[in-house]
Amino acid sequence: MQNHMKPNATSAATGAMPLLRAVDVHKSYDRLEVLKGISMDVEQGEVLALIGASGSGKTTFLRCINLLEEFQQGEIDLDGEPIGYRMTGGRRRKIPEAALSAQRARIGMVFQSFNLFPHMTAEQNVMLGLTKVRGKPAAEARDIARHWLERVGLAERRGHYPFQLSGGQQQRVAIARAVAMEPRLVLFDEVTSALDPELVAEVLGVMQDLARSGMTMIVVSHEMLFVREVASRVVFMDGGHVVAQGPPQELFRDPESERLRSFLGRFHGVFS
Amino acid sequence: MAERTFWTELWNAKWALLNGIAITTELSAYVVVASTILGLLGGLVLVYGWRPAALLVRLYVDVMRGIPVLVLILFWYYGLALFKINIPAFWAGVIALAGFATAHMSEIVRGAIQSVPAGQSEAAKAIGLRFWQRLRYVILPQATRRVLPPWVNTAVEMVKATTLLSIIGVVELLLATQQTIARNYMVIQFYLAATLLYFVLNFAISRLGALLERRFAYMRY
Amino acid sequence: MLAYNFNWDVIWRQWPTIIEALLLGIGLAVASLAIGCIIGILCAFGRVSRHKWLDWAIWSYVEFIRNTPLLLLIFFVYFGLPQMGIRAFDKIESFILTLSLYAGAYMCEVFRAGLASIPNQYVEAAKAIGLRPWQRQLYVVLPVMFRITLPSISNTLISLFKDTSLAAAIAVPELTFTARQINANTFRVMEAWLTASALYLATSYAIAWVLRLVERRYSVIR
Repeated sequence: MQNHMKPNATSAATGAMPLLRAVDVHKSYDRLEVLKGISMDVEQGEVLALIGASGSGKTTFLRCINLLEEFQQGEIDLDGEPIGYRMTGGRRRKIPEAALSAQRARIGMVFQSFNLFPHMTAEQNVMLGLTKVRGKPAAEARDIARHWLERVGLAERRGHYPFQLSGGQQQRVAIARAVAMEPRLVLFDEVTSALDPELVAEVLGVMQDLARSGMTMIVVSHEMLFVREVASRVVFMDGGHVVAQGPPQELFRDPESERLRSFLGRFHGVFS
Repeated sequence: MAERTFWTELWNAKWALLNGIAITTELSAYVVVASTILGLLGGLVLVYGWRPAALLVRLYVDVMRGIPVLVLILFWYYGLALFKINIPAFWAGVIALAGFATAHMSEIVRGAIQSVPAGQSEAAKAIGLRFWQRLRYVILPQATRRVLPPWVNTAVEMVKATTLLSIIGVVELLLATQQTIARNYMVIQFYLAATLLYFVLNFAISRLGALLERRFAYMRY
Repeated sequence: MLAYNFNWDVIWRQWPTIIEALLLGIGLAVASLAIGCIIGILCAFGRVSRHKWLDWAIWSYVEFIRNTPLLLLIFFVYFGLPQMGIRAFDKIESFILTLSLYAGAYMCEVFRAGLASIPNQYVEAAKAIGLRPWQRQLYVVLPVMFRITLPSISNTLISLFKDTSLAAAIAVPELTFTARQINANTFRVMEAWLTASALYLATSYAIAWVLRLVERRYSVIR
C-alpha cells in the first residue's frame, strides 16, 4: 500500500491518537521553499525511516520536529499537543522558551556530527539533561547515565572526554544522552554519515537494539540495508514532498514511483 | 652626608614607589574586573541581543576602538571638569579605562561565543535546556577557553594603559617614579627600575593566563 | 548646569594646524611601522635561525617591550639617552625611535607566526626548480609571508597611529597635543576633543579601508 501525502490510515481506523502527527508542514528559507506540505503520522513503537536524495528536505523536516528549524505553515503535534507554535487571537505565535524547552525534552535527537559537549565526560554529557531539565538528584542521574552507557557498550568509558573516544563511541554516547531522557520519540539525523565505515556497524547495532525494545524512532539514513532490516515504515521524500511510503519490503520490491525507482537504483546490489 | 648611590636613593623612595605599585595594581584590578563583567554583558548583547540594542553596542565598540585611549582619558577628564563634576582623578581614570576596555572585552566575548560550533547549542536545545542553561552549562564553559588568550592580552594592555593616568595626575607607579627622578636626577636607574616592576607584574599575568589555558586544554573537538 | 554652547570658530581658525598635527601623527606611525617591519623581519629570521643565544636575546627584547608601558619607554628614551651622553635626537626622532622599537617587537611575533604558517610545499617547490637558499627567501618565502601577514600589519599600523597620541607627553605637536592646547588656551573643551576624536576615528577607519583594498589586491588564494 502506498499513500500519497495522506496521513497513515491505521490511526484513523482505530481512532487512537498517533504519537506524532504532521499536517501540511511548509518551510522556506527566504524564497526557497524546502518543505512543500509534509503530512505524516508516526505511531507509538514505530521505526520510521526517511529516505531521499540530499536536498529532498528529509533532514529539514526532522529538525522541524524539534523546532531547531522554524516552519511557516502547518502543524506538528506530539501526543496531540502542537509543537512550537500556538494560535492566539487568530495569529500563529511561537510558544515561550520554557514551554518549547519542555517539548524538546520529550523528543530526543542524535546528530550527524555527534555534538557531544567537549568539556564534559561521557557520563556528564548524559547527566546534564537529567539534572538540569528533569531535575533529578545527581546520584540518581549518575545511575541512569551509567545504565545507558552500559547499554550502548561504553561502561568502561564513562570517565572519558569526547576527544578520547572514537567517532563510533562518541555517537553511542550521544545516543545514550538522548534516550536517557526517556523521550517519547528519538530523531536520528544521518547518524552514521560522519563515521569511518568500520565504525558504522557498532552504532547501527545500538539503534537496532533500541528499535527492538519498542522505542519510537524517526531515522534519516542512507544505510539502505539497515532501513530494510529495522524500519517498520519507509517514507520517501523528493523535492520537499512525500512521494511514497509503505513497509520497506513492499516499497523496495516494487517501487511505483519513477523517482523512487531512480533513487533506489543508486543502491543497486542492495536490492537485487 | 652619606654618598648618594642608586641603592640609597631607592631606599629613600621606597614608600613612594610601593605606594605607586599599590595604586597601579588597584587601578588595573578595578579596570579588569569591571570591563570583564561589562564586556561579558556587551558580548552577550552583540550575539543574542535585541537588534537595536546590539547595534548600539556595536556602535559603542567600534567608536571606542577607533580612538586612542589617551584621548578618551583626556576628553573624559576635562569634560568632567567642564561640567563641574567632582570625582577624584583615580576614579575618573578607572571609568575611562574600563569604558575603553569594555569595548575590547565585548568584542572578545562575541568572538568566543560565535566560535562555539552551532551544533553545541542545538544539542543543548535537543535535551531541553533553556537559553540561560545552555549559556551556563554548554556555551560559556567552551567560550571561556577561547576568551582566555585575548583576555590576558587585554589585561596586560590595561596594566600598561594605567600609566596614561599619570598625565591626569594619578600618582601611580610611573608618576611616582617621575617624582622620585625629579628629586635625584637618576633618570636611567629609576626608569629601569619601574620597567622591571611593570615587567614582573605583566609577566605574572601572562604566566597565570598560560596556566589557566593548560587547565582548559582538555576541551577539544 | 549641563548646558553647553558650542562654538566651533576656534576649530575653524586652527584648522590648518589641526590637519598638520594629524598628518604628523600619520607620518610618525608610517615611519615607525616601516622601521619596525625591518626590525621585525630580522628578528623573526633570527628566532628561527637555531642560534640559541640569538633566539634568547630576541625573545628577551620582545618580552621586554611587550610587557613595558609605551609611555614609560617614551620617557626613558627621551630623557634617558641624553643622560647617557647620546644627544643626537630631537623629540620627534626620539619618539620615532621608541615607537619603532615598540613596533619591531610586535612585528617580530607577527612575522614569526607568518613564517611558521607558510606551507612547506612552496619551499619544496622552490627547491625543486633549483632556487638557491637566498633566492627561495627572496622570491618565495618573503612574498608569501607578506601576503599572509598583511591583515596583522594593517592592524599594527592602526594601533601605532593611535599610539602616536602618546607623543603629546613629550610635547610633539601631533593631534592630541594640539587638542590639549586648544583646550587649555580657549576652554572649548567639547569642540577640541570631539574634533580630535572624530579625526582619529575617521583616520583609523580610512587606514583600515585602504589596507583592505591592498589586502584584496594581494590576498593569497587558500
